Amino acid sequence: MHLTKEEERTLNGEDGETLQKAMEILVALGDIYGADTLIPVKSAQIAGVSYKTIGDAGLEWISDLNGKVKVPSILNPAGMDMQRWKDMGIEPDFAEKQVEVIKAYESLGIRSMCTCTPYYLEGFSATYGDHLAWSESSAVSYANSVIGARTNREGGPSALSAALVGKTANYGYHLDENRVPTVSVTVECELSGSDYGALGYLAGKYVGNRVPIFYMASTPTSDNLKALGAAMAASGAVALYHVEDITPEAQKVSFANPEDRIIIERSQIDEVYEEVIGGTDDLECDIAAVGCPHCSADELENIARLLEGKGIDKELWVCTSREVAEKNAELVKQIEQSGAKVLCDTCMVVSPATEGHNCMMVNSGKALAYVPGMCKVAAKIGSLEECIKKVGGDN
Amino acid sequence: MVTIKIKCRTIARGVAEGEVLLSTDALSFLGNVDPKTGVVVDPSHAIYGQCIKDKILVFPHGKGSTVGSYVIYQLKKNNVAPAGMINIDSEPIVAVGAIISDIPLVDRLEEDPYEVLSDGDHVKVDSSNGYIEIPEK
Repeated sequence: MHLTKEEERTLNGEDGETLQKAMEILVALGDIYGADTLIPVKSAQIAGVSYKTIGDAGLEWISDLNGKVKVPSILNPAGMDMQRWKDMGIEPDFAEKQVEVIKAYESLGIRSMCTCTPYYLEGFSATYGDHLAWSESSAVSYANSVIGARTNREGGPSALSAALVGKTANYGYHLDENRVPTVSVTVECELSGSDYGALGYLAGKYVGNRVPIFYMASTPTSDNLKALGAAMAASGAVALYHVEDITPEAQKVSFANPEDRIIIERSQIDEVYEEVIGGTDDLECDIAAVGCPHCSADELENIARLLEGKGIDKELWVCTSREVAEKNAELVKQIEQSGAKVLCDTCMVVSPATEGHNCMMVNSGKALAYVPGMCKVAAKIGSLEECIKKVGGDN
Repeated sequence: MVTIKIKCRTIARGVAEGEVLLSTDALSFLGNVDPKTGVVVDPSHAIYGQCIKDKILVFPHGKGSTVGSYVIYQLKKNNVAPAGMINIDSEPIVAVGAIISDIPLVDRLEEDPYEVLSDGDHVKVDSSNGYIEIPEK
């Protein structure tokens, strides 16, 4: 890989140990994947935040770093709501470690907003063609597919390195040739709401790490696309997809219909709804959780409308980013009047607080893929309306 | 003793020496290795029951969760990490783990490591200069 004199200097340690290590990580990845140079990135989003996933080793590594990030940088969800962790039943020992993780990131100049939807936040908007270094698999998918920006699936340390250096290696989805669809998915039936998550859960398994182009009978909203991409990134390793006539790149570039074709029928999507993943059919859901990825303002509005004048008798979590919650304080208040909890900074997947529940109803294909394994809680997908009904919100 | 040098690609810089431990299986640091002891704990793994501490660990490539990078770091902090690592082809999880943990890592040797290396050989990995040194047999 070609490095400028300045980059060479950093690699040789002349700008300190932290930047040397960051540069080594970027160069190693560039060499592995055949990058020609480093390219500047507009922003970074860093995974490896929940103490549940990185443990003491991760905390130690982050704490040992010195320096300041060179581009706007933000974090992935943490293991708890940083303000209401007691309400979630989080142990003080865990909370203490989680606070340490966040403080370590803050000392590097990273904004301590913990979310999988950085694109909703001020200062993190991305536009078509921007190069980014984002980590969260659903945010990567959204940036690449729905916005038409460019990022690889960065791991925690590599996104952090990109943030510190302000650059990333030019390979993978930064290059035109890797953004061409190689498999097509035709969906002949009409879809709405959680169907997109169920479709993604299904399609991700077929697609693997390829780039699919969808031909759809219905017209998805950006929230629908968010759910589709998140699920495919969880059940497969999809970082970029196109939807004919809908996603920006598919509108600008005339992609050929790939030879490899998949057709998805309504009956296959219905099957996803019938299954209890990680449990048996007779298992009763005792918690419902929505907001995976974190809710948009539109989604909060929809939830508030469905809960209007209703009370619930089981746990209902609505996960979102703190900034979106604060900007929509009235909606949050309306949702919480029902007894539901609007949780910020965290989610049902990376928090230890779900442990002890039997079965979780979710409206997200991503949560359906991760909750059984990561939380040891069975999961079932349902529409937003069904999730609310499941926790008693039909009175 | 006469030694021979074999060129390779630098992934994580540094110099290490030690005894070779050869694994024909790929390795997922998350799940396959106990971070406290450095012992391979997956019963189905080629080097099950062996300790990787201070070895020059030779394996084709990594696999599994990205959290594996942090497990390598944990091994280092617990003083049970390999001294150096040799891959056929490195992938990001092991590469990043080796870099953050200061464990020299190389790949793409000019000769097949499974042909020229045996368990117990004393090997020097000079990743900074892009070669490994082994005793002539």
